[in-house]
Amino acid sequence: MGLFNVFDVSGSALTAQSVRLNTISSNLANAEVVSSSEEAVYRAKYPYFSTVFDEFGEGKSEGVKVERVVTSQVPPRKEYQPSHPMADEQGYIYMPNVNLVEEMANMISASRSYQSNVEAMNTAKQLIVRTLSLGR
Amino acid sequence: MGVIDKVFGISPAVLALRSQRTEMISANLANADTPGYKAVDLDFKAALENEMGMGALRLTNERHMALADGFHGEMLYRVPAQPSLDGNTVESDWEHMAFMENAVRYEASLNFLDARIKSTLAALRGE
Repeated sequence: MGLFNVFDVSGSALTAQSVRLNTISSNLANAEVVSSSEEAVYRAKYPYFSTVFDEFGEGKSEGVKVERVVTSQVPPRKEYQPSHPMADEQGYIYMPNVNLVEEMANMISASRSYQSNVEAMNTAKQLIVRTLSLGR
Repeated sequence: MGVIDKVFGISPAVLALRSQRTEMISANLANADTPGYKAVDLDFKAALENEMGMGALRLTNERHMALADGFHGEMLYRVPAQPSLDGNTVESDWEHMAFMENAVRYEASLNFLDARIKSTLAALRGE
């Protein structure tokens, strides 16, 4: 039945959005981690969403899943700080390529999407409860 | 059509279609951030006509073929007002509006059905 599939569909979106929130918090947490080489430095991670077809119900409903988590290819920030304990031989330190503004905007988008899916589930639940109490 | 079906009228078909539409819109909301996802909606009028046997194909010759059961010609793609670069055509505000409207109409049908059930029960009891 259609209304029950709302839980599957919106539930899959909640999972996907929480993975997104997780990657954002990981990016934010590691934003200031300094490394002494370009290879060792943290790189921003982003989830890549895709639609799930034909998994729920009669193939009419389409959930969402995290296809994969991609690593940002933006080169890390390189700063000249010879006095820094982590500096390499040339005196450079490497900072992650995390863009704080981008991450915050991403976070707001993710939490709004999460909210609207919770709202959809709540409404579906109310409709089901009302349907069950028909004729009482 | 049985007696019970006559009592309930159009409401059960409406409820079934409304719940199907709820599902479609929730799928749109779920895929609001999926690149390339195309938002869908139900052509409610066509779907209801189909459900009630109105506007269905008439088989006037024994060699005519009936439409398959799984035919969902009423499913249409939304035309976005502001298409996004990643090919996603979900517009969250519009979907919210459609979802709420659909839920209210579902509740309206529920109320009609509820009143029908109650009045039928009252008639049966003869109170």
